[in-house]
Amino acid sequence: MGDLIREILLPMLDNEILRRLGDSAVLQTEGGERLAFTTDSYVISPIFFPGGDIGRLAVSGTVNDLAMEGARPLALSLGIILEEGFPMEDLVRILRSVRDTAREAGVSVVTGDTKVVRKGEADGIFINTSGIGTVAPGIDTSGEKVAVGDVVLVSGPIGDHGVAIMIQREGLRMESLLESDVAPLWGLVEGLLSLSGGVSFLRDPTRGGLASVLTELARITGKGVELQESQIPVRAEVRSVCELLGLDPLYVACEGRCVAVVAQERAQEALELLKAHPLGRQARIIGRILEKPPGHVLLRTAIGGSRLVQLPLGEQLPRIC
Amino acid sequence: MKFLEEFRDQETAHGLLRSIGHLARDLPRVRFMEVCGTHTVSIFRHGIRDLLPENVKLISGPGCPVCVTPRTFLDQAVHLSQKPHVSLASFGDMMRVPGSQSSLEAERAKGRDVRVVYSPLDALQTARENPGRDVIFLGVGFETTAPAVAATLLRAKAEGIKNFWVLGAHKRVVPAMEAILQAEEVSLEGFICPPHVSAVIGSQPYQILAESWGMPCVITGFEPLDILQGIYMLLSQVIKKEHKVEVQYRRGVPPQGNPAALRIMGEVFQVEDSLWRGLGNIPKSGLGIKESFAAWDARIGFGLEPEDAGDPPGCSCGEVLRGLMEPANCKMFGTLCTPQKPLGPCMVSGEGACAAHFKYAQVSLVKGKRPL
Repeated sequence: MGDLIREILLPMLDNEILRRLGDSAVLQTEGGERLAFTTDSYVISPIFFPGGDIGRLAVSGTVNDLAMEGARPLALSLGIILEEGFPMEDLVRILRSVRDTAREAGVSVVTGDTKVVRKGEADGIFINTSGIGTVAPGIDTSGEKVAVGDVVLVSGPIGDHGVAIMIQREGLRMESLLESDVAPLWGLVEGLLSLSGGVSFLRDPTRGGLASVLTELARITGKGVELQESQIPVRAEVRSVCELLGLDPLYVACEGRCVAVVAQERAQEALELLKAHPLGRQARIIGRILEKPPGHVLLRTAIGGSRLVQLPLGEQLPRIC
Repeated sequence: MKFLEEFRDQETAHGLLRSIGHLARDLPRVRFMEVCGTHTVSIFRHGIRDLLPENVKLISGPGCPVCVTPRTFLDQAVHLSQKPHVSLASFGDMMRVPGSQSSLEAERAKGRDVRVVYSPLDALQTARENPGRDVIFLGVGFETTAPAVAATLLRAKAEGIKNFWVLGAHKRVVPAMEAILQAEEVSLEGFICPPHVSAVIGSQPYQILAESWGMPCVITGFEPLDILQGIYMLLSQVIKKEHKVEVQYRRGVPPQGNPAALRIMGEVFQVEDSLWRGLGNIPKSGLGIKESFAAWDARIGFGLEPEDAGDPPGCSCGEVLRGLMEPANCKMFGTLCTPQKPLGPCMVSGEGACAAHFKYAQVSLVKGKRPL
């Protein structure tokens, strides 16, 4: 996917804003305001899963892309592609979920489009959402201002979404009470952004999980990111399924968590701001920014060893034994 | 699964490491081979190599089933997937392994019916639900997976299911360990033996390594504290100049193994010679499907020729599997061969030594390659 974007899409459509490849594009209006703009398409199997559905995911994903730029969501668009014969009651259920999640995020769907394609030309339902939002003056979550000594926080347990989906997928006959963490994060982020001194980096660990976000942080800053494995919150259930399938929770997707970097002297305050929101109750300080190893993520393992965390490559495949 | 945290306790780990350091203090260099790929992953994931004394080295062995499966097996699987009416069912980590022309993932992208399953019983279910399809399960693995495949074949026979086959490449671990000793290419002071395989076969089959080859053997669990304790037990044997089979992983391995699993394996499989990638033909190292189950043997049902081994030029997986080369010292490692575009199977499988080295790189690798 990364190659596809870098080798084909980017050269063809190249411009300064696109080149940043941020969660959202940030545009400057003539009046000097900053607008964040983002789009995402959602194709997920199964459409309904514990803790959410494609509708909640489509709103949360786009709201979160805005929120990670520090943008207050203003409005969303909703594009739906339906396969002929898709059950109407399912569509209604999904739309209800879109409505409720948008309400939760304090945003409205203001424009939309629906297409129906013939049976076999789509898999049930595909959804695209776009969103715009405003970025208040002074906010810069790009990571460019991250300094040595800063502290890394995560807003809650990692891997819930990825594992909840994996359990539901055909073939894996496991029973579980685990729910996806899918949620719109603007409320949580809004609270955190009130931190004096600000938040210098904000990302949601979706595809590729925490490992992907932190290797990105190391790359952008050119500094070392040191993680304490024992501090990273992972639910026992997620850990067990991962052990069983030979997966690493660090690489499993979340859809309702964020990673933030703040100055060391503000770390406690940031933690309290996160914990004050229902989605951040289990927030933790998980690491800090160091000089070394430059551009790498160093993990201090629970038993006191250390290793590098690498950029995830391809999907993790369940193992044989 | 409450047992995870208890086996990752830092204080206990430090205590064990101190004891290991104490034992190793007056020893020359000792080298232990961790045979199983899951050990390799755990050792890297928890940063164990860097915690050990300088003179205690761990070497990754041939215990990754994907890695030791010959390339021609993949070619046969690809060939089968191209047949009309065939649905191929495989464990996930076989999907990306390159054959000589194609991989199962590439075939699936072309529209062939290739499915990832988590159990052979799921493949049998596919056959039940799709009577018009010929469902072939790729039976790859050691004694850990063989019982489940045996149980599946017994059920297929009992139910008289006619559209289900197994393309088998099951392997036995102990003959491969013996082959490594026999080749005398790498000097070892002991084996960290696989726990899950041993839960099936018990501890007795390792006796030949201890008795005939004078090799200390400790059946060791996968958690970091298991591994540290296993290393401690091996060092104790080395110091006392003992060579016996011990079980560190007592919570999972009874000495006699799992009699029910062994019984059904015996009903379905027979011991035969088998080709290993990197190791060549090893006598009595395979589990072939018995003639009484020929009706479910894909090799017979689809008239497949026997395999021959063959690696892509420049690939050092063979050396890696025999413990002769550290993955990072392969000239293709991390450049021509990466988890995204793997050339050799050791880079594809999550259990492969190269993938483990790549994903869970040691900190020392940032500075440069590390000698074996």
